[in-house]
Amino acid sequence: MAAADNTTPLLAVDDLTVRFRTDEGWMTAVDRVSLAVGEGEALGIVGESGSGKSVTALSILRLHAAATTRMPTGRIMYGGRDMLGLSTREMRTIRGGEIAMIFQDPMSSLNPVLTIADQIGESLRLHQGLDQATARRRAVELLELVRIPDAARRVDEYPHRLSGGMRQRVMIAIAIACRPKLLIADEPTTALDVTIQAQILDLLRDLQTELGMSVILITHDMGVIAEFARRVMVMYAGRVVETSPVSALFRRPVHPYTDGLLAAIPKLDVDVRRLPAIPGSIPDPTAVIPGCRYSPRCPIVEETCRREAPELLAAGPEREARCPPRVAALAVERVA
Amino acid sequence: MGEAVLLASGEAIAARRRFRVLRKLLHHRSFMIGFIVVAVMVVAALAAPLTGIDPDGMRFRARFRPPQGAFLFGTDQFGRDLLTRTLYGAQLSLWIGLSVAVLSGVFGAAIGVLSAQYRQLDSPLMRVMDALMAAPAILLAIGLGAALGPQTHSVIIALAVAYIPRTARIVRSSALVTRELEFIEAAQVSGASSVRIMFRHLLPNAAGPLLVQSTFVFAYAILAEAALSFLGIGPPPPAPSWGNIIAEGRSYAVQAWWIMLFPGFAISLAALGMNLLGDGLRDVLDPRLKVES
Repeated sequence: MAAADNTTPLLAVDDLTVRFRTDEGWMTAVDRVSLAVGEGEALGIVGESGSGKSVTALSILRLHAAATTRMPTGRIMYGGRDMLGLSTREMRTIRGGEIAMIFQDPMSSLNPVLTIADQIGESLRLHQGLDQATARRRAVELLELVRIPDAARRVDEYPHRLSGGMRQRVMIAIAIACRPKLLIADEPTTALDVTIQAQILDLLRDLQTELGMSVILITHDMGVIAEFARRVMVMYAGRVVETSPVSALFRRPVHPYTDGLLAAIPKLDVDVRRLPAIPGSIPDPTAVIPGCRYSPRCPIVEETCRREAPELLAAGPEREARCPPRVAALAVERVA
Repeated sequence: MGEAVLLASGEAIAARRRFRVLRKLLHHRSFMIGFIVVAVMVVAALAAPLTGIDPDGMRFRARFRPPQGAFLFGTDQFGRDLLTRTLYGAQLSLWIGLSVAVLSGVFGAAIGVLSAQYRQLDSPLMRVMDALMAAPAILLAIGLGAALGPQTHSVIIALAVAYIPRTARIVRSSALVTRELEFIEAAQVSGASSVRIMFRHLLPNAAGPLLVQSTFVFAYAILAEAALSFLGIGPPPPAPSWGNIIAEGRSYAVQAWWIMLFPGFAISLAALGMNLLGDGLRDVLDPRLKVES
């Protein structure tokens, strides 16, 4: 794993595996994933539905039902502590207090029977022990911070009076209420229309700089990654296939899956009848694929790919990719 | 689709505090009829002492007087004034109805929300509820009432136990749906404990169905109290309840029909009123039934 900076990262996930019990037995949703987020850094995680990106994020906060989840390997180090060893009570002080999260669907992320003030205040009262009046005042300030007009009036309304974009702003206000060090945003713009998406991303970026937060942004949208993150991690079928600084990734993707993702972005200057798609679909998580998991869909597949599961290999400064043929080709190119 | 309906349901509850629901209720005909019926009965019950007659006072020279003149509802076999007894009976019957509705509501809600939140509790709790539901409510109440002895509070306990399972099921099913919504996960992410999630998130979202169910339990309890009294395990005489006035009048049903008529009518009216009220509440709180005025 290419370290984000020289000091210890704020969050370091090391070799994390997450397995879920299903009717067909244990299914591996996340397979030996490692990642690191430095202070104030923005990491993007990109991948299709079912690639394990959300599971990874929820695992950091230990939000999976214990009865049906196993984490046979891995460590999640946050501020020098292994989160997997913390008690429920300790986890509760971290959730919302130090690590906050926002979700994809702002329509169902707010409790319909509580006012905005109640919901922002909940976190403040839990973690900072504020009384109701102070919490309400802070809620108004937070709404102003996330640029909700007429905050003093909005704060006493119920969620159904707000639009999707407004609700997502409220979710962000709740998330940053206790000044978390790390914000995990799980597809924060997917459910919003494009102009609102841009506003929300701008807001997140401004808040990140203002508050000095680290952000993990999970998305399937390469455009969002390009706009927001400095470093990106591409996941496929529960594994990391490539990590790279964003600029380098867009300039020259290493893994053929990243190629495919980038090729599927519509280009303004080229007229195409049909966008190139990656043939096939993401494998069933219970399926056993002996070699590289991308090999059934890979345009440059070689015989060894189908037999041997590749490891992540260094592919340049701060870059790694799980594709030996491509990495080897790159190395040859550099020598030449 | 399903989710949209649920969201709308939660939002209907939220709007209640904003008086929109209140306004809808005011325009809902059956709710208003039920509300007026129940309100009149409650006022009448509270006004019972205004008749100035002792409900237990016997007048042996005025036995079996038919309804007329001084005795609007007539008198019974001991010459007690039936109007006064029916009014005092309303106090007892409505008190029993209210207590049973509140007790079964509180315990039912607690059991329902616990079994939705703690999945390992779900199976044992629900099997106990199933066992209770397997016996008809009235049979269960007869058994419990007989075991506890003929007292007002044993009637209340017996009926509350009989109606808890239904309420628990309703709250559980509502909470099971709510807990899968994202705002529960969002609350966990904010560091909310299970207890907080139950009381602040699951329970308020089940308030609509719970309220409606409680009004029905109120009506059932009044009917069931009458049935228990009729069988001789209701509140003990001489205290008048609608049920035991009817039970005492049974032997004279042919000669003195009025003894059973008026409390019987009161029971029907109370049950009807509560049912209309409950129907109205359900229409207004449940967005799947669009009843706009």
